[in-house]
Amino acid sequence: MSKRRNTVFGMMVAAGLTLALIGSAGAADKAIKVATQSPLSGDQSLTGVDIKRGAEMALEQLGGPLTALGFKVTLSPFDDQANPDNGVANAKQIVSDPAILAVVGHYNSGVQIPSSEVYHTSGLVNVSPANTNPKVTTRGYLEVNRIVGRDDVQGVVGADFAAAKGVKTAFVVHDKSAYGQGIAEFFKKKAEENKIKVLGFEGTEEKANFDAILSPVIAGNPDMVYFGGMAFQAAVLFKQAREKGYEGMFLSDDGFDSADAVKIGGKTLVSGGGTFYSTVSGPASVYPGTAKFIEDFQAKYKAAPQPFAAQGYDSMSIVLKAIENAAVAGKNEVPTREAVAKAVRALQAFKGITGTYTFNAIGDPEKALYFIQQVKSADPAAWATNPIVQTLEIAPPK
Amino acid sequence: MVSSYFKELLDKVNQGPLAYLFIVGHIMAGTFLVYTQPRSNLAFLVLITSFLSLYFFRADARFKLFIGALLALVIIPIIGVRNIFYLEVIFQISVFAALALGLNIVVGFAGLLDLGYVAFYAVGAYLWAFFGSQQFYVLHYAPGTQPSGLPFLLPGDAFYMFLLVGVIIAAMVGILLGMPVLRLKGDYLAIVTLGFGEVIRVLANNLDKPLNITNGPQGITPIQRPTMPEFAVDWFNTVFSPLIGHPVSRADMYNLMFYLFALMVIIVIVFVTRRLDDSKLGRAWTAVREDETAAIAQGIPLVRMKLTAFAVGASFAGVMGVLLAASRTFISPESFSFMQSIGVLSMVILGGSGSIPGVILGAATVTILNLQVLQGFSLYLNDLRQSDAVIPVINFAWKNLSTQLDPAKYQKLLFGLILILMMIFRPGGLIPAKRRKREVAPEDGK
Amino acid sequence: MKRFLRSLNVYELIRPIGQLLKFSVGSAAAMSAIVVLLALVLDRTAVGVHLMDKLHVTVFTYTLSNLPQVVIDGLTIGFVYAAIALGYTMVYGVLQFINFAHSEIFAVGAFVGVELLIFLQSAGVLAGASLFMAYAYLLLAILLGMLAAGGLAVAVERIAYRPLRGASRLVPLISAIGVSFLLQDVIRLVEGLTTGQFNRIMPTFGNFDERVIFGKLSMGASKLVLGISIKSIVVIVVAVLMLVCLNYLVNATRVGKAIRAVAQDMPTASLMGINVNRIISLTFLVGGLLGGAAGVLYALKFTRIDPFVGFFPGLKAFTAAVLGGIGNMTGALLGGIILGMLETFAGSYMGIFTAGAAGSEYKDIFAFSILILVLIFRPQGLMGKNVGQKA
Repeated sequence: MSKRRNTVFGMMVAAGLTLALIGSAGAADKAIKVATQSPLSGDQSLTGVDIKRGAEMALEQLGGPLTALGFKVTLSPFDDQANPDNGVANAKQIVSDPAILAVVGHYNSGVQIPSSEVYHTSGLVNVSPANTNPKVTTRGYLEVNRIVGRDDVQGVVGADFAAAKGVKTAFVVHDKSAYGQGIAEFFKKKAEENKIKVLGFEGTEEKANFDAILSPVIAGNPDMVYFGGMAFQAAVLFKQAREKGYEGMFLSDDGFDSADAVKIGGKTLVSGGGTFYSTVSGPASVYPGTAKFIEDFQAKYKAAPQPFAAQGYDSMSIVLKAIENAAVAGKNEVPTREAVAKAVRALQAFKGITGTYTFNAIGDPEKALYFIQQVKSADPAAWATNPIVQTLEIAPPK
Repeated sequence: MVSSYFKELLDKVNQGPLAYLFIVGHIMAGTFLVYTQPRSNLAFLVLITSFLSLYFFRADARFKLFIGALLALVIIPIIGVRNIFYLEVIFQISVFAALALGLNIVVGFAGLLDLGYVAFYAVGAYLWAFFGSQQFYVLHYAPGTQPSGLPFLLPGDAFYMFLLVGVIIAAMVGILLGMPVLRLKGDYLAIVTLGFGEVIRVLANNLDKPLNITNGPQGITPIQRPTMPEFAVDWFNTVFSPLIGHPVSRADMYNLMFYLFALMVIIVIVFVTRRLDDSKLGRAWTAVREDETAAIAQGIPLVRMKLTAFAVGASFAGVMGVLLAASRTFISPESFSFMQSIGVLSMVILGGSGSIPGVILGAATVTILNLQVLQGFSLYLNDLRQSDAVIPVINFAWKNLSTQLDPAKYQKLLFGLILILMMIFRPGGLIPAKRRKREVAPEDGK
Repeated sequence: MKRFLRSLNVYELIRPIGQLLKFSVGSAAAMSAIVVLLALVLDRTAVGVHLMDKLHVTVFTYTLSNLPQVVIDGLTIGFVYAAIALGYTMVYGVLQFINFAHSEIFAVGAFVGVELLIFLQSAGVLAGASLFMAYAYLLLAILLGMLAAGGLAVAVERIAYRPLRGASRLVPLISAIGVSFLLQDVIRLVEGLTTGQFNRIMPTFGNFDERVIFGKLSMGASKLVLGISIKSIVVIVVAVLMLVCLNYLVNATRVGKAIRAVAQDMPTASLMGINVNRIISLTFLVGGLLGGAAGVLYALKFTRIDPFVGFFPGLKAFTAAVLGGIGNMTGALLGGIILGMLETFAGSYMGIFTAGAAGSEYKDIFAFSILILVLIFRPQGLMGKNVGQKA
């Protein structure tokens, strides 16, 4: 028995060593890689995986021009597990691979900030599809760019919309993440400036049982409930609020922009005061590319895209275009990382499926266009047809 | 049959000059491989396992010390600066080895299952994060709304003092946390410590109102580092850059500096642990672990012994927390989740609870698995998926392999599998502690 | 039939219902009293001023008007926790071992039930179903979830726990943690490969989302509606049924006697001719059945599940079991109800009572802190007996 145990153990060790052997890397000539870093495991993998998938699809659909120039472009996805330690370690592995010319990532600002220090030291350009913490770009690195709006803009957009709608009292809930709380804090600040009474400001990591937090919400009977966070939490909260008898307005951020919201909430999102959400990613009526993206995504991955998948697609498109520009300028040789970083900043009015992008001096998108959309139908398939209720054009703070 | 043949072979090699040759040869092979193939994971593994052969083979103690110092202080830094990923892996191994050694004292020596060990790590990290950054001036601002250009509370060089402060504060927190709960039996203790771990994490995430102490989920940044004199960078450059191939930047030097700090802390921890193991305290812990009733009967003050174990373990974690905060210049609550506690526990279990070299090996194995092997395997599969290759015998195109089957995504599965398989097949761990070998053998004497 | 009815131990059927009533009413009364007292005190402080400014009511009025709804919510989640806690406590009673993997058993039950309902929905059956059929489908989902969870529990015991029966206490515990982690990712893998989705959403059908309104309470200028949703009623009724059945099984049948015997003294029980291995498997099976049903009920009430759904409810249910005295079935019931109430009270009132300084973010650790306090002063839990030190 003990002998058998030892043999099994020996086999385990051998298996481990074989895996290690396989894990060795190598690169060929004229090979270009683009890395992605997002949480692929753990409870944030829902969005992280779709960011990777968006980038993957972009590479598939838009990698043509680079292949025509003679390069072989591949994707190197990394899993940062929403943990800064892994993010930094992966970042160091990424920068030590000379074939990698750009990184699309991350999802958590808490992982992006230390990892981008590594990117900055090696001059590797990083286009972020989802990091909204102002600190990401206020450090002023050439290599760090983002295509999403900052917390201090999106929160303001929500508060201005609320004021325009005549809201007098609001209750703010957020998901205790850097993303959700960041936006909620700025919403609260601007709302108070707009003379809206904020009856409560609570965070919750709870994903299912909102009975407890809904009691003060219902008791206050605010005109509007604002949720800073993601659709799979927001929709459950809104549904339970409606079921408890709350009839007011719901407002959320671009983490709400996913058909899963109506899958969860159903009719409750359309009834009462209605459900609104702010987003940078334009609807199909303004950007027809979005509808095609959703269609293609559904066909390839058999699921509707989560929030930020489209931004993952656009980040990769920007990177590919920049690499192409840098390669052409460098006589069709593999461009240097510095050249690619400069090319990203030099892009003028790049038309993506979520917006038109020009980066300012610190890497924020100049003049982001914000839409407030309303949920009009309880049918998940009709998500792309949510009408725009208001459009705002806002420049990021310096 | 095979294992006994290997044993004989090893014994033969382990005597006399052959052992020395083997050690030196292993190190030279590893160094050469890594030098010529800077991005090969296998080469790196060969170099790292030379530490193992240094441990196992019988050689003169001074020789081992000299070779060990050469490896750790000369070869690793050079390799690390050539490929900063390796330095990061080794730094993380050192940090987790220290954490695992601390947990080893609590779980391995005193037999207390602590599932919330990461709480002490968080305490140390947030301690330096608060005092070594601008957070003091941000106390009245909501997270994310603070203005820029605020001063720092303490200069970066206060870090050295805070290494000591971290030890003391973490030990105090350990005693505070331990006092109410150490009367509980093993299973109750496990759940309560798990609760404590979650409490600390929730506090770190939420202490941003009414006073903004931890800055909530956005974390605290930038955190100061101790200053590094210019002459150190220049000296390192002049001496080593021909070997490395390119000049060394300040950032790389900082990484090296923190690696050396981590190494020093580990040496101190190993020394302390060894002395404790062989002392009256260590024997008291063994008694408490084996049979509490008998230990009480022997006159051992039960609660005091358990508290000491808790405090010592906590202080190790605290010091590493301070080091982590300074080296990353950024701290957020995401680093201190339940997964981390279980990660450290799996390192202790895998390596051999109660055994110092075992625990270090466990830390190295799990870290390398997590950072290199899993990720490398996943990247390899990914390359295959994007190529036109086909599995030969069954003619299955790699492109059609579902993207769900991505090894990097299943870290939890790996941890779980490690824990289960180790418990069933080798509960003593990879390098069992000599005292434990008989204890964890099943009672029916198989 | 008549013989069956005559042999029915009616006392054992009524007793648990009586206990549940006693616990529910008792804990509701105790917590309401505490909260009202606190409200009266806080009214005279800055907190009262703050609330008056925001909502134009006193803390006392606010507390009182919200109390009935909070009690109902607390009871609903309390029964769910109690159902899960029983799984933990049964295994502990028999083996002195915490089955960490029970949270994943719960999750698997939820997934199987939800997948069945999603399948029925895609087959077009759910949309037009009559009320009776809707309940029948729900019952089918619950049964299937129970079976899957029970089967998994027995399998886990066989593979991961039985080989470790003789080892020291730490060893099976660590193995259990490993199983829990393994199952979480296996669920994720299976879901990923078969449906490609991370979240699974319980379909809407029947009248489960409707509310039964009891009346209106006025609070200052606004009116609060007091009601309970049909699905909460379903959850409570099914949970109570399960608890009654379990109690009957353990206290009024021969098999139950065998379980109690093994829990009390395993070697002697085996000397008495009881097949200990079979009883242990049965215990895991029953615990798994309960956990699986609790999973489907949880999915019904809270709509969305994902592979990690088991972790927090499992942890809280285990806390509840320890709070009540682990190894003791009545203790698990009491612990679950108390924990559910505590959590809901804390989440609903903490924000107001601290004038916004600490809100429902702290409701989880509030429950933990209560657990730690109870264990300091009464280490065996609220209803546990002071078992002597195990050698």
